[in-house]
Amino acid sequence: MPTLDAAFSALSDPTRRAILARLVIGEATVLELAKPFKMTQPAISQHLKVLEGAGLIVRRIEGTRRPCRLAKPGLDEVDRWLAMLRSALEKNYDRLDHVLAEMKPEKLRGKR
Amino acid sequence: MSKMMLKTEGDKYVVVTRHFAASPESVYRAHTDPNLIQRWLLGPDGWTMPVCISEARPHGKIRYEWTDGKGGGFYLTGEYLELEPFSRIVHVERMHMPDPTPDSRVETRFDADGAGTMMTMRMTLPDIETRARMLATGMEHGMEASYVRLESIL
Repeated sequence: MPTLDAAFSALSDPTRRAILARLVIGEATVLELAKPFKMTQPAISQHLKVLEGAGLIVRRIEGTRRPCRLAKPGLDEVDRWLAMLRSALEKNYDRLDHVLAEMKPEKLRGKR
Repeated sequence: MSKMMLKTEGDKYVVVTRHFAASPESVYRAHTDPNLIQRWLLGPDGWTMPVCISEARPHGKIRYEWTDGKGGGFYLTGEYLELEPFSRIVHVERMHMPDPTPDSRVETRFDADGAGTMMTMRMTLPDIETRARMLATGMEHGMEASYVRLESIL
């Protein structure tokens, strides 16, 4: 994921977040996306360009259609967040082990 | 048995389980007593929590302020909703980075498990925007290396 800044800025727009939410269901063309969002095709195309540049979606060519779908790196974002949470929690709980060990010297029964 | 387990429950919740070699009472106290919280709830190495408010009663306030000692920092506020000594805590929390993230409800259970305690924490998975902001903050604060390392393990 070389483009986290781009992804971050792409995600700052509510329309682009809504487009991503729509693409979770499956592939869609510009035309199919323009309809529910009540936006012009060029406006949607502009948003798709930003999302594509950020590595969040990919587009393929199918005749005259260019359907887009979520890119794998975009989906990995949840895993990245979970990995950050896991890293922080593991460090915390390792420290908590030490705190707990010091909390119960009375239970060590004169060990050492 | 001390290995932490972290899994998602649908796309709404994250559930973390971890065994501790101490009684539920001790683990519960370590989660509610500010003097104890300040010693372990710190995240990446090098961070400290100079301000820790934890009013362990229903409607009691929570405020944790972290600093990296180099001018970086953020804080979290929240409220306790339910407390069942020494088995269960329910609270809400939000991060301020500096804009507040949406409230996250967290339920933490402490169950006797052999001579120790099995802790189960169930929290709301933040929305995509919040995750992006937290990731961006995490990167700024030099957590990149640790989670890139972890990604190779996952």
